[in-house]
Amino acid sequence: MTRHTITSIREGLLAKQFSAVEIAREALEFAERENPKTNAYLMLCSERALAAASEVDRKLAAGEETGALAGVPIAVKDVILTKGVRTTCASKMLEHYIPPYDATAIERIEAAGGVIVGKTNCDEFAMGSSNENSYFGPVRNPVAPDRVPGGSSGGSAAVVAQGTAVVSLGSDTGGSIRQPASFCGVVGVTPTYGRVSRYGLVAFASSLDHIGPFARNVKDSATLLETMAGRDPMDSTSAAAPVGSYTDRLDGDVRGMKVGLPIEYMKHASGETAARIHEAVAKLRTMGCEVQDISLPSTDYAIATYYIICTAEASSNLARYDGVRYTFRAADSGSLGAMYRNTRGEGFGAEVKRRIMLGTYVLSHGYYDAYYLKAQKVRALIARDFTNAFQKVDAIVAPVSPFPAFRIGEKVNDPVSMYLSDIYTITGSLAGIPCMSVPCGSTAPSADAPALPVGLQILCNYFEERKMFRLAHAFENS
Amino acid sequence: MKLTEKDVRYVAALANLNLADDEIAQMLHDLDGILGQMDALAGIDTEGVAPMAQVLFDAEENSTLRADVERAPLSNDLAVQNAPISGEGYFKVPRVIER
Repeated sequence: MTRHTITSIREGLLAKQFSAVEIAREALEFAERENPKTNAYLMLCSERALAAASEVDRKLAAGEETGALAGVPIAVKDVILTKGVRTTCASKMLEHYIPPYDATAIERIEAAGGVIVGKTNCDEFAMGSSNENSYFGPVRNPVAPDRVPGGSSGGSAAVVAQGTAVVSLGSDTGGSIRQPASFCGVVGVTPTYGRVSRYGLVAFASSLDHIGPFARNVKDSATLLETMAGRDPMDSTSAAAPVGSYTDRLDGDVRGMKVGLPIEYMKHASGETAARIHEAVAKLRTMGCEVQDISLPSTDYAIATYYIICTAEASSNLARYDGVRYTFRAADSGSLGAMYRNTRGEGFGAEVKRRIMLGTYVLSHGYYDAYYLKAQKVRALIARDFTNAFQKVDAIVAPVSPFPAFRIGEKVNDPVSMYLSDIYTITGSLAGIPCMSVPCGSTAPSADAPALPVGLQILCNYFEERKMFRLAHAFENS
Repeated sequence: MKLTEKDVRYVAALANLNLADDEIAQMLHDLDGILGQMDALAGIDTEGVAPMAQVLFDAEENSTLRADVERAPLSNDLAVQNAPISGEGYFKVPRVIER
């Protein structure tokens, strides 16, 4: 399974080297065997996978068109709804929740022949940077089992790194795709805000939430994204702009491309991570890119801005979990008020409670202007920084995380330090521009730690995914 | 310390969140540290800057409208299937009106 790409599966199916059902069985058996090492899957959905694979085989036999993802085993983060297949958000609150409909992204993937093999572990309600906030236990990094895979989409990054899925879906609110991709050594993409419909993505922070792909190479990530992207009437914030093809002329020339390196990011970067980024920049220069320093002056305010906006939106979005509609109700629910309070007190984990509290506080009477409104204004300044920068450059490169994968337990009791680790990814999330992580080598192994993957972040202007993929593809192949 | 235990209990009540005493103490410590970081925003000049509530793109005024075509809604059975307690097609909750 680890050898497969979307392309190799397509070629194998057409050459009759294997059937889609055989590939699905192989993926499911491999996942069953390997999962105890990482805890990356919360659930395998064999029945659904084999039914989808059989349909691909039937179409192939009948000579019908099979779609761009025909027979490809795909894992899905457990915050994305799958009709009839349990979707928990890694929370006790939704431990037994069975969605009555599919997310639009899932519908489009299956319409293109994709085979959903299972649901992946993550931080509870996608809140976290280490995957340690799951009700079902942490995920271990396949590269170094005593370390975190990153978060919140840690399971989706781990299954692709481990090879128990060919590609996967994650969700990104402040770095939850790019950071785990960098920690696990795979490609992870956060598209332009609104490029992929959020219908069926359990809401965390609606103005920041994205669905995006993980893959073992840039081309597969581009194929998966273009399958899901595009306007959806079920999500009024989904963008109407045409998608085009992300894979067509992916290997186009990048010579002369202007690439910016933000001075504010590099001043924080140190050690091995900074060294890999500087090497990546040198490589971009040898590829013919013109790299120049740029300034994103509002960067220092991004973390405070992000944690005000995302918690405010989360406190509102998570108000719906009150013991009435969504499976869990506390046993001690004598009155309506007690039912609400006890259900939420028992059903949510520590980090989710912390964010609901913060969000409620910053929205409360007397603090709204000082926190929430102020943060929305600073968000506009952060977005403006990028708009100004993209008048000078085609793309921006940066680290994804200040450090590589850390040990399980290392930061769990220090939320401020955990939040600070999102510094490089949240700026792009706040602006809503497309950004991705592409592997750029590893740290040198030491007595303390094995070689740990490092990711290079590439950011482009709104709807310029195609340019971003082209640069990432050239970098990956140079 | 910027926050007090009273503040934490007040916000927890607003959020309908039951917190144990040890959770209140931990929350006080955590929120105080995080809010300290957030106060950095106070010093930024945002005079004349319009708040950004959403990522918006230029589009036709009616671009978010769909064709007025009839579609099947979620059935009553499906709508209540995840309720902890339901009956007769309704969500059931503790009594709120005394007879």
